[in-house]
Parts: sequence; structure tokens; C-alpha cells
Amino acid sequence: MLAQAAGKIAQTLVVLLIVSIASFSLLKLAPGDPVLLMLGSEFDQASYDSLNKALGLDQPVVVQYLEWLGSFVTGDWGISYVGRADIFNLVVREALPVTLTLTACSLGLAILIGVPVGVLSAVKKDTIWDAAAAVFALTGTAFPSFFLGILLIWIMGVQFGAFPVMGFVPPWEDFWAGLYHLVLPSITLSTFFIGMIVRVTRAALVEVLDQPYITAAKARGEPGWRVVWVHGVRNIMMPIVTVIGLQLGGILQGAVLTETVFSMPGIGQMLTNAVLGREYMLVQAGVMLTAVLFILVNLLVDLSYPFLDPRLRPR
Amino acid sequence: MTGVSSDVVRVDAAPLLAIDGLTLERGQSRILDGVSLTLGRGETLALVGESGAGKSTIAFALMGLIGRTEARIAGKMRFDEVDDLASLNERGWSRLRGRRIAMVFQDAGAALDPCYTVGGQLVSVLRRQLGLGKREARERALALLEGVGINDPEARLSAYPHELSGGMQQRIMVAIALACNPELLLADEPTSALDVTIQAQIIRLILTEIRARGASCVFVLHDLALASQSCDRIVVLYAGQVMEAGPSRGILENPRHPYTRLLKSCVLEIGTTTLDPPEGGVPSYDDMPAGCRFATRCPNALQRCVAERPPLAPEGERLIACFNPEPRS
Amino acid sequence: MAVTDMSLDPSVVPAENTKNAARKPRRRSVFLRRPFFSLALLVALGFVLCAVFAPFIAPYDPTAQSIEAMMQPPGGEHLLGTDSFGKDILSRIIFGARYALTIGIVAVLIGAGGGLVLGVAAGLSAGWLEWALMRLIDSILALPSLILAIAVIAILGQGVDKVILAVGISLIGPFSRTVRSDVLQVKAQLFIEAAHLMSIPRLTVIRRHILPNVFFPLLVQITVRISEAILVSSSLSFLGIGVSPPTPDWGLMIAEGRGFVSFAPWMSGMPGMALAILLVALAIVGDAVREEFDPKLKRAQ
Repeated sequence: MLAQAAGKIAQTLVVLLIVSIASFSLLKLAPGDPVLLMLGSEFDQASYDSLNKALGLDQPVVVQYLEWLGSFVTGDWGISYVGRADIFNLVVREALPVTLTLTACSLGLAILIGVPVGVLSAVKKDTIWDAAAAVFALTGTAFPSFFLGILLIWIMGVQFGAFPVMGFVPPWEDFWAGLYHLVLPSITLSTFFIGMIVRVTRAALVEVLDQPYITAAKARGEPGWRVVWVHGVRNIMMPIVTVIGLQLGGILQGAVLTETVFSMPGIGQMLTNAVLGREYMLVQAGVMLTAVLFILVNLLVDLSYPFLDPRLRPR
Repeated sequence: MTGVSSDVVRVDAAPLLAIDGLTLERGQSRILDGVSLTLGRGETLALVGESGAGKSTIAFALMGLIGRTEARIAGKMRFDEVDDLASLNERGWSRLRGRRIAMVFQDAGAALDPCYTVGGQLVSVLRRQLGLGKREARERALALLEGVGINDPEARLSAYPHELSGGMQQRIMVAIALACNPELLLADEPTSALDVTIQAQIIRLILTEIRARGASCVFVLHDLALASQSCDRIVVLYAGQVMEAGPSRGILENPRHPYTRLLKSCVLEIGTTTLDPPEGGVPSYDDMPAGCRFATRCPNALQRCVAERPPLAPEGERLIACFNPEPRS
Repeated sequence: MAVTDMSLDPSVVPAENTKNAARKPRRRSVFLRRPFFSLALLVALGFVLCAVFAPFIAPYDPTAQSIEAMMQPPGGEHLLGTDSFGKDILSRIIFGARYALTIGIVAVLIGAGGGLVLGVAAGLSAGWLEWALMRLIDSILALPSLILAIAVIAILGQGVDKVILAVGISLIGPFSRTVRSDVLQVKAQLFIEAAHLMSIPRLTVIRRHILPNVFFPLLVQITVRISEAILVSSSLSFLGIGVSPPTPDWGLMIAEGRGFVSFAPWMSGMPGMALAILLVALAIVGDAVREEFDPKLKRAQ
């Protein structure tokens, strides 16, 4: 198993390398000369050359890439042109926690709602409940999340005034206020994901409930809820975890939109502002970070399989 | 194994199990058609027939594993003081399943949950059904595993089903089924997924354990010879109807129903365990004859056999459903 | 939308599919068996008609501003109300269907084209090249399509053509993954090996046997992914980095109305409903198409 894990990790490293090359070329392909952007309108050739040299832009591309990669890995992500702020601080210390909190809350909510609805749908297969769950899941996956967010703002925020519709309060500073602010964004972001989880849960559980070990568990006298939740759900952990990993990209891109709708200072808002302000290094950092998150989570998913299914463990 | 079948057990006046006119319909198909049989305390009975004859369906119906939405069930299944198993609700079943009626499944590898250890599954039955404490349950589990002939039970408790051989898996299935000392054990083709050499061991194991507990057992088998060697009585089924029933030895030595004779000829002459009757096949449920379902393939069939159902009539120790049975030898 | 119609025609099913399914005699029409699908298809076709005949249907010029008619609620002269510049929302929605569907379909075709090339290459190559191509696909897939599209927009700038390109590029990853798995499936079949044994040139094998077998599942994928393309493109516009105002794009309209939610909810609400209805309808159509025609799902049943 160690060799298998090592192979997986090697693959992941190569993928990370390709992503880093792509991120680097984003900076190279971006229109405009970064030196000009930094100098502003008035400068002379000497200051241009010195800044060019200071940024290492007179070196061959490969050297530039390696230097960039080195500084990226060590957390030196450069300085934002406009705000003159350290990008690493801006992205990792300020924006990332917001996005991660939102993502984690939505993920939790999606599992909490999606799995039971999927189980109900599978247990009550071909009944009105199943059909209702299918409609719910399909609408959830297809409905544009940013419009759902605006609808929620209008209904819950404007009409009932029940929840705050803007901003982010860190739950680690004020837990209840933080949670309160997260309610609407989490619902917005998780809807798509709930639909996904309902579908996977239903499909996998329908198959598992037909297995002889389920009948055998019933024959041993285990009560119905135990058969479904202890034997059924335990056996569909793998597809559920897999879909969470694969759809993490979907949830991260949903987070970009949700953050914009609810004015939360996360990676999404930062990315949008960076594109509008032509802050390519910031765009690059955001893109790179998203990819790294996705890749690492999926590596974790892969490595978790032996824990989820004993048959995949070494003898 | 012949030694086991020689000590015929006296049948009680009040049987443990009495099935009367059990009929099961799935959609338009009548899977079971008026099946009646009785099983005394301490008796072993074999349901024999080709695949699709409804043997396993009877076992599953006796376990209440056939949902009301899946099939319509008519007729009566009396078990001890329970008047009709078919009318039990989930609560009633929870007092019987696993505790008084237990089942050994065809393919133990598939019937054990792959995600839990052998010990986990065995101990959870003991704890829930018998209310044992953690330590007691564990000790009991070890004793049970030892009882079904598993070496190093300590190590096996923490093994996952896929880590064990087929024979070992089936032994564990038996241990789980016997955990609560059931009065009735249903063994649904317990050996068809195993090697021939292990088959005999498993059958003998089940019989020994059953006898030691004074319990009754229904075997579902498709091998007439194996059935007659291991069980006190045999019920021969064809397409959901009982053809012939009676003491094992008599049925094997002198089959009276033409279908039983056909089964016997398959087993003894070709010597295979799978039954491939020489001519024709079981008709589909859509065009079953209204009378005897075997009439379409029967060498002794009379005119009336197709239209009229022969009653299951007693003849000596036996019950035969045939208008034109083979002569007594 | 022509794509959808084609995929529904049972005669388009290639021989390989009919062979392994051992088709039963013709069943009832798919439209009767799946009422939701028929309804959704009608809705989707309605949007297509709106898009095609927009200039004839729309009551107003979608970009005409009017100071007298600012932020009028739905009803009266402007059926779905007006926005903060007095532009007629209904007309903008009708013209918006044009942008949504054009961007969606063209982008999907770009994604499918790129995915076909990359997927076939990855599926047919072997050894280290296959490994490298697989890692390349993995790394494209590591970026969610919206993030990838944002990165492309960052380089290209804004505008309809750039949005199409950005969304198209962002879809190459998912397409190439499915194409690759289809190629692998075909490759494993015996007739490919037989062709190799008869020393038929590689390119001929690809053209005669691999491509036709990959093409049909690809069509199914295209119908399924049009909604994704529309969602990503309207998301870009919603973020304000897609098409630029005053283009009547739904995402843009939703974003413009966002600040007015408390007193003019129809500004975001109407285009949002249009987008939601189209996306849900396309999802139903896509699901049905996949269930009817995807040989992988069929085998599982």
C-alpha cells in the first residue's frame, strides 16, 4: 500500500508542477508590462532598467520560472501593485480563512441534508418521496447559485429581515454572530452540492440495499434503521467521499459567486477585484491556491479509500 | 454422513412449523402455488427441486424477508405459538428473527457485511439479541467460533470477511445463525458456493450443531442425494408446487412421483449436482398449466393432469400429488 | 439546439449500441414515457425561438434608455418592468436568450473539439506519453471551470468573444476525460485488435473505428454540458468580468439589479428566473438524453 500511496503522491506532485507552470505563464501571457504598471506614468530608462533587473525580468524564462517557483513555495508571493500589500498575507491570512469557513459550513450543511434525503429516496424507492427527492436534487444542481443567493437576500433579508445579508464575521472571534452571518451564504452555496449528494447517495444505496449482506442483517433480526444506517450507509461512504472530492471544484467556484453576492472578503471577491484591477499576480495566487486545494483534497480522498473499505487494505 | 440420517427423530404431535396452502404472487406470476408442509421439533427437512422451483422463496417468506410491496402472500405459516408469520408486523418479527428463526445464506462471502469485522458482526448480534455485556459477548463469540471449528478464534474475531476462505466464511455464518440458539434454522443452499470437499464438512457441522441444540432445520438443496443423506424428510418442489413429500430414504429408493424419479435419474446416472433435465424446461409463469405444473414435461401425464390439479394425497408415510404415480416397488 | 434534436432521433444510435443492448421491440415514444422531459424540451425550444426571432418578439429596443420609465414595476406598458436606466426588462431577457444560447453552444463546441483531440490522444497513446497526457488532463481538471475561465479572461480581457473562448477552454478538461474513457472502452474491443492484426494503418483505424464510436457519447455530453457553459458564462458576467454593459446579458442584468433588491426586486428577479428556468429545463433534457442513450448507464440498469 505504501508503494501505491507513493505513486499517488508522485502523480500529485507532477500535476502541481503543471499547474504551477500554467500559473506562471498566466503572468507571462498577461497583457501589459508589469514594470510599466509599477512605475506609473513618469519614469526614465534607468529606473525602468533597474526595476526590470530587480524583478529578474532580464533573465531567461526558465530561470524566471524556477525563481518564481522557489519564492512561491517559500511564501514570497510578491507585492500587490495597487495596495502595496504582501500578497501572501492578503490571500492566505485574510481571504483564505473566509473561503474555507464558508466552504466547510456549506459542505457540512450539504452532507447533513443531502445524505438523509438520499437515504430516504433510496429506501422509499419508486414512491412519491423518491420522485420529490429527485425533483429537489435536479433543481438544486441546476439552479444558478448566485441568483438563489439574491432570492434569499430578498426573501429572508428584505422581506422578513431574519438574517444579515452582507459581510463576514469570523466565527473564531464571535462564534454566534459568525454563524448568523453564515446562514444565508451557506444555504446558497450548499444547494448545488446537496443535489449532488442526494443523487450519489440514492444511486449507491439502491445498489447496496440489494446486496445479500443487507438481507442477512435483516435476517439476524437487526431493526430497519440499523440495517439502513449501519450496514447500508457504511457501505456507500466511498462514493460519497469521492463525489465530495470531485465536486470540491464546484463548491470552490460556487464560493467565488456566493462571496460576491454576500460581499464576503474571500478568495472569490479578491479574484474578481484582481481581474478588474489587472493585478495578475493576485489572480495567479488565487488560481494556484484553488488548484492546490483541489489537488490536495483529492489526494486525501484517494488515500482515505483503504480506511473506508477494508477490502482495499493490505492483507 | 449416512450415519447421521439413520437415527430418525420422532415427530411430535404438534409440529413446530406448519405451512398450509402458501401462495405467493409477484405481479402476474404465481411463484408458489399452495405449498403445504410441516416440520416437527428436532426434525430436519430438505426442500428439493430445480432452481426456480420456489425453494428459497419459501425460506425467505419464513423469515419475513419478502416485502408486502414485492409480492402478495396468501395461506398460513404457523410457527409454534405464532398463528401466522405472514401477518406479523415489524415488532413481532423483531422477536423472532435471528432469535428463534435464523438463516444461513447461500453465499457467505456476500452475506457478511464487508465493512465490519467478523467479531463485530457476531458480537453485535449477541449483545442486541441476548443483552450480553461487552466482555460476555466476546467470550460467547469465541466459544461459538470454536464450536463451528475455527482455529485461532481470537485472531478471526478481528478479521474482515474478505480475509477468510469460503469455508471459513460459511462457518462464521453458521456461528452467527446459531448465536441465539434458534428453534428453527433455515439453510438456503449453504454449500452451493463451496468446494465439494468442504460442502460435506459444512452440512455435517450444521447437522451436529442442530442436533446438539434440539432445533429443527429446513435445508434448501437441489441435490436429491445430498438431501436424502442429510435430512429426515424431503419435500420435492416443482415450479412452486409440492410434488411429493416423505421420509428421505423412501423417496430416494422408491420415488413415486414422475418428477422425483426424473430428479433421481439426473443425480445418480449423470452424477452431477446441477440438474439439467433431459427434455424441455420449466414453462414460464405466464403459460403454466392450470393443473399439475409438471404435466407439460411428464412422461406419465394423463389428459386430466393439465386441467385438474392432483391433490397432495397421503400414501403410507408419504404425500404424493399425482394422478398417475409410479408403481410401488 | 439542433444537437439536442439529433441526439433524440433513435436512428442516430450507432450500430455498436444497438448490438449490445439487444433491443426490445420499439417502445413507446420517449415523449410519452417522459412527460417532464417533453415539457422541459418545449421550454428549451421556446428559449431558442426567442433567441432566433428576438427582434420580432421584443416590444422595445433592449438597449434603449428612457428617463421617464425608470424602475417601473412589472405590468402595464412594460410587462416585466424596467431597470434603473429605464430599459425594458422583457426585451432585454428576450435578447439575452440570444447571448446565453450562442455563448453556451459555441463554447461547448470549442470545449468538445479540444476535449476530443486531447481525449483521443490520451486514450490512444501508451507509456510515458499517456501518463504525461493524463497528468495534463488532471491539472486542467484541478481548476474549476469558473476559476479557469476567470484566469483566461484575466489574460484576454472582457467581451462576448472572449467569454466564449474562456468558457470553451474551461470545458476542455471535463470533455477530454470522458472522451478518453470512451476511447479506452472502444480500444479494448476485439475489432480494434483485429484491425491492427490486419495491419490497417493506425490513422485509418482511428478514423473508421475509434472516432465514430466516440462521437455519439460526445454528442450526449454536449447536450448535458450546454447548461454548464451557460451557467459559467452568466457567472462571469455576474461577477462583472464577462460581457460588458449595456449588452443584454442575464448575468449582467442580475448583477445590475443586485443593489436594488430591496425596492426593485424584479430587476434581478426577472432575468434570474429566465436563467433558472432555462438551466433547469436543460438539466432535465440532459438527464433524459443521458439516461436514454448513454450505453454506460444502460449496462448498469
